[in-house]
Formats: sequence, C-alpha cells, structure tokens
Amino acid sequence: MQRFTSALFLLGLGVLIAAIFRNMDLAASTPIVGDAINAAAAQQVGAANFVTSVVLGYRGFDTLMELTILFTAATAGGLVLGKPRGDARPDPEAGLVLRAGADLFFPLLLVVGLYIILHGHLTPGGGFQGGVILAVAFFLPLLARPGTPMSHRAVSLIEGLAGASFIVIGLLAMPEGQAFLTPLLDKGQLGSLLSAGSLPLLYIAVGLKVGSELAGLLAQLAATEASD
Amino acid sequence: MDTIIILYTGAFGLIFIGIAGIVLSRHLVRIIFAIGLLEAGANLLLLLATWRDGASAPIIVGGRVPALMADPVPQALVLTAIVIGVGILALALSLALRVQHAWGTLDMRAIRLRLEEEIDDAAGIEPPTSADAPAPRPTAPATREGGA
Repeated sequence: MQRFTSALFLLGLGVLIAAIFRNMDLAASTPIVGDAINAAAAQQVGAANFVTSVVLGYRGFDTLMELTILFTAATAGGLVLGKPRGDARPDPEAGLVLRAGADLFFPLLLVVGLYIILHGHLTPGGGFQGGVILAVAFFLPLLARPGTPMSHRAVSLIEGLAGASFIVIGLLAMPEGQAFLTPLLDKGQLGSLLSAGSLPLLYIAVGLKVGSELAGLLAQLAATEASD
Repeated sequence: MDTIIILYTGAFGLIFIGIAGIVLSRHLVRIIFAIGLLEAGANLLLLLATWRDGASAPIIVGGRVPALMADPVPQALVLTAIVIGVGILALALSLALRVQHAWGTLDMRAIRLRLEEEIDDAAGIEPPTSADAPAPRPTAPATREGGA
C-alpha cells in the first residue's frame, strides 16, 4: 500500500516537473545583476576572479552566515557523535600502500590547498575549495595511522581564530563609517598576487576555517567508527 | 538537440531521481545519498538560470577581458551551497551512525516500528492486545544489509 502511494506521488511529481519544463522559457535570460557586476567589479573590488568579488565583496555577509551554517553542522555532528569510548582500541595501521601514499600526498595536498586558497582572487578556486583539500591533507594520515589521532585542541583553536579574524576584518571597516565587511586596503594591480585589498586575507580565514572544521568532523566520524 | 535542453533535462532528472530515492528507499544511507543527488540537481538548476552558450568564466586572465562572461552570482551561490551540502551530509551520516548504534538497524520500517513503540511507551499507551485491536502491523524484517 505504501509503495502504491509512493509511486502515485512520484507520478504526480513527474507530471508536475514535466509541466514546468514544458512551460519554461528556455531562452537565456539576460543576467542584469551579473552583467553589471562583470562590468564594475574590476574597478570596485579589484579581484581578477569576479566570483570571488561576489562571494567576499558584494555578499560577504552571506558568506559569513554560510560559514556559520557549516560551523553549526560541524558542532551538531560533534554533539551527536559524542566522545569515543576511552577503552576502545583504534584500528590497526593501514597497509604499506596507504601509509606510503599518505606520506607522499600530505605535503603535496598541503601545497595545492594553500595555493588554491592564496590564488582565490586570481584563478578558479578559493577558500572553500582549498579548505576542503587542506582537510583531506590532514585526514589522510589519520586513515593510514589511526593510532596517532590529530590534536582536537589545535584544530578547534585554528577554527576559532580563523572565524574570529574573518569577523575582525569585517569590523575594521566600520570605524571609518563604512559597512560591515567592506573591502579594505589598496586594490593593487589587477591580476597580481597582492591585489584586491583584504579579500585574500578573508579567503585565508575561510580556507583555514573550512579546512579545520571538515578535518575535525572527519576525524570524529573515524574515531566513532573505530570505537565499536 | 539543443545543449540547454540536455542540461535542463539533467537538472530536472537529478531532482526527480533524488526525490524518488527519498520516497522509495528503505535504507537510511540510501536516503541520505538521494538527498545528495537532489542537492546536485538544485545546484545545476541554479547555475542554468542565467546560462549562456559560449560564455567564458568570469575571470580576467592576463588583462584580457572576455567578450561574453558568465554570470558570477549563481556561481558564487552554488560554490557555498556545495560546501554546506558536504557539512549537511556529514551531519546526516553521523545521525545515521547513532541510529545504527542505538537500534542496530538502518531499515526505515524497523526504525518506524521502534519509534512508534517508544512514543507509545512514553505516552503510557499499552500495545494493542484486545480482540478489537487494529490489524497486526507488518513485522519488520530482520536487519538486512543494503535492504531494497
């Protein structure tokens, strides 16, 4: 019976989606806001990557809220998983391939992650993508050697400092009468590494925060799995 | 066929498959993965809202401004949505891990029976035993790895 109602629901959903699809105007709509940003962002923000201008310049407050969502998810994950039992034995060390691979990839992933974070205002990428790569870099050794867990205190310290520095950089614009998170500092030469004012600093904070948060969450998942 | 029709079909298809997976799956982990598919479809739909054929990425390389640039606003939205999606998947998986620890099953039918039992128990309702009790509920099958 339940299967029948589910199938009926899906049939209705399919008809609904097909109707939306049929009546939709597939012709490309002109992105008014997007074109305006593309025309003005190079002068206003000074980042060669306009997506970064949008993420940190035009809607930096939304990005702060999204970091808050990520923080809430990580905190809730930690609450749900709880502390692993103290008497639990960690998994044995992984085989040679994983251990050698983890040793080999750790510095490479670190360099790639930091490169992507630092060049977020010039090339595709940025704090979110580079942060995920950093998280993988710190999680891989944990997969190879579960006996030596990463320091949760250091991870939460980095996370807290990164989040605080994002807010502090945002607040620094306010004494001069500008809005919260207004890009500061000199815009510099478009396309050079030291350009776009305070945007690279914000992206470093985002990268460290995302990286430490995801690494901590993955480590906690792995520890919980090992404890039973 | 037009490229944009294929792209829209992909986006709507992912959304439909995701919702179908949520409705039809009985295994909790499969439902979580279906949420991931639904999310991918929603992100693709968001990107397609201002998609233009032949537009280049909105990045200035070497001082050259491309003639036709893609809209950066949906890209920025999707960029953060993907990361949030990862966080939400991790949270959902850790909740599923807790369910597995507590009840030893991830089968939605078994979980529903346990939930109803616990709610009845907390409310002080006796399990139906009298002659005019409703028809016996279908018993949940034993824990089956990767139930359909």
